[in-house]
Amino acid sequence: MTTLLQPDSVYFYGTCLIDSVYPNAGVSAVELLQRAGIRVIYPQAQTCCGQPAWNSGYRDEAREVARKQIALFPKDIPIVVPSGSCGGMMKHHYPELFKGEPDEAMALQVAGRIYEFTEFLVDVLEIKLAGKGVKTDVAIHTSCSARREMGVADKIEQLVGQLENITVHEQHHKKECCGFGGTFAIKEPEISASMVTDKADAIRETGASVMITQDCGCMMNISGAFEYENQHHALRMPQSKHIAEFLLERSEVLCTKYDINVPETSDTTEDATHG
Amino acid sequence: MAKLSDFRVRVEDALANEEVRGNFRKAMDGLMSRRLDQFPDEAELERLRTQAMAIRSNSLDNLPDLLEKLETNLTKNGIQVHWAETVEEANQHVLAIMNKHNAKSMIKGKSMVSEEMGLNHFMEELGIECLESDLGEFIIQLDGEMPSHIIMPAIHKNKRQIAKLFQEKFPDIPYTEDVDELTQTARKILREKFFNAPVGLSGVNFAVAETGTLCLVENEGNGRMSTTVPPVHIAVTGIEKVVEKLSDVPPLMSILTRSATAQPITTYVNMISSPRKEGEMDGPKEVHLVLLDNGRSNIYSDPELLATLRCIRCGACINHCPVYVRVGGHSYGTVYPGPIGTVLEPQKDGLKAHGELAQASSLCGACGEVCPVRIPLPSLINRLRYEGVRQDQSSTKDSGSRRKTAEALTWKGWSFAAQHPLIYNTGASAAASFRKLMPSKMGAWTRVRTAPPIAAKTLHQQLKAKGIDNE
Ligand code: SF4
Repeated sequence: MTTLLQPDSVYFYGTCLIDSVYPNAGVSAVELLQRAGIRVIYPQAQTCCGQPAWNSGYRDEAREVARKQIALFPKDIPIVVPSGSCGGMMKHHYPELFKGEPDEAMALQVAGRIYEFTEFLVDVLEIKLAGKGVKTDVAIHTSCSARREMGVADKIEQLVGQLENITVHEQHHKKECCGFGGTFAIKEPEISASMVTDKADAIRETGASVMITQDCGCMMNISGAFEYENQHHALRMPQSKHIAEFLLERSEVLCTKYDINVPETSDTTEDATHG
Repeated sequence: MAKLSDFRVRVEDALANEEVRGNFRKAMDGLMSRRLDQFPDEAELERLRTQAMAIRSNSLDNLPDLLEKLETNLTKNGIQVHWAETVEEANQHVLAIMNKHNAKSMIKGKSMVSEEMGLNHFMEELGIECLESDLGEFIIQLDGEMPSHIIMPAIHKNKRQIAKLFQEKFPDIPYTEDVDELTQTARKILREKFFNAPVGLSGVNFAVAETGTLCLVENEGNGRMSTTVPPVHIAVTGIEKVVEKLSDVPPLMSILTRSATAQPITTYVNMISSPRKEGEMDGPKEVHLVLLDNGRSNIYSDPELLATLRCIRCGACINHCPVYVRVGGHSYGTVYPGPIGTVLEPQKDGLKAHGELAQASSLCGACGEVCPVRIPLPSLINRLRYEGVRQDQSSTKDSGSRRKTAEALTWKGWSFAAQHPLIYNTGASAAASFRKLMPSKMGAWTRVRTAPPIAAKTLHQQLKAKGIDNE
């Protein structure tokens, strides 16, 4: 494990899905990092991590795209990815994808600097948050890649758990996949549909008014089902929020491990942060 | 609209069958939570998995030597060994033994390798009766079905369905949905058969090279009966089932039974080390072992896919699979269903026949997380997708056979755009490609979901406008 010096700046890898479908999740993540005193660099030449092709068996096509991405992070600083799935691709599959390639060392170097967004907030920054706004009932859906590939399922829980006005409800079969799986949803639409319908039902049954997740693939899938069921069967529709959006709206950054300062709360005392 | 594949047709039927889906959900939920109770200490579980993986890896690392040793020691113990490269050869070996004893029937303990061989069908064509004695196998045999699970072959049926089946097949016996009474009925019928069967056939869980011992775990005692009552016992198994030492068995067995049926140990543990010896009162007079390859050597030749052969057939990956729990075992159309089937079947029978299964996974990782021998099932599924579309030759059967020009072109186009931000940022974005990948299939997505909303301004544009540094 590499020990990080005080990370005063990070690269932000927005992911292709956030870029075109949920940019607000990306903007929120960047703002939150800034509020925690971090300078954010967003290489404009980024496109996609290559995962869709990788998971479809098109390894050469995936590698060519990945090769362009690994060249975007020359400085030895963390790369923050607001997705367990894309983070997992870069951290765990780039080494495999570049095995024996001339740029293998660079791929490994990049892989070693990948942090999923919630992981970065919790493990690196040790961020302390205070909740704001009205009492809210939420359910958390952790993506399978965040849970099993990145092993960061507890981070999102830890972050939301800091907000005293938020009550987390647990849906049944919580650890079960929502049925997105990238191209799986297209190649096996019937199975995927059955999975997402069950997942949406389970979350709705908790009574939560907001579903929070850290992966936009799951969000597109589950929120699409919420909306469909709302339109066609008049079922209640919980809101869907990426964790970055949710935290930006519903919390204040009190401090981080580095005490890098945090604009509005510069006079916050240590004690208050543990309150 | 292209015609649905057989697999997709079976999947649609299965998804529409609420009773069967309910049966699977209930059974799998129970199995998952009971398994969890068996491993209260997560660190201990991880240690046991590493240990079990090491034992199985060692077996595979030394497979040729161990098989030779196994044969030597079995032979020394008086157990006759038969090698079969194909299922045809394996069936012929069994037939030759049957013929030698002029046997017209056999009683069977549970054996997935015999399913792989299509043994029952093969024998029945020749007028030889094969009676399944495992309760689950007995039930599906009555109904003319295939196993829907490798450990619990009749798990797709609930007790009401079984009661009705018994009523239809044994009209003289009063109708009951009482599980104990149903079991008693089967037991009575089977007892008779055990005493008259000239041959008993069983599978093997582990074959110990060092001692020439065949280990078999089971819960009903039918395995013990099949292997001890008839005068001839034939065991059939795959060549990968060998382990080096007797001391390898306890740790493997313990993680096997806990992962499979959430039992610290099964009711019966059979260690078969020889036929009846001089002066002994019981046991078969002859014991045979048929060792089946059926594509396993080929799997063995690939350093990554080789991990497939570590499998100890516990079924945990199946129990935890969100796809299996919905489509059930029969949808797969293969002997082995679920994640292990998805990995094994396309390698064994070729990607042309079963490569489609590799698509039927969301790669959620639930299988890999529970596998007691740490087979990286999601990675192997991903690898088989690659094998399906790769352009060069590889050792995997039918590699490249699933490549379709249109799809390959789409990925090439996607790749080109994603390598060129200027092109990518002007419309070839994720959502756009996502839609392109499903030309006429947006319908499938929108049958239960609304279409993904495309943002007015991309993240690239918004962060640029906010003055976020580019480097
Ligand atoms: S692949 Fe692993 S989990 Fe699945 S049956 Fe084999 S040993 Fe069990």
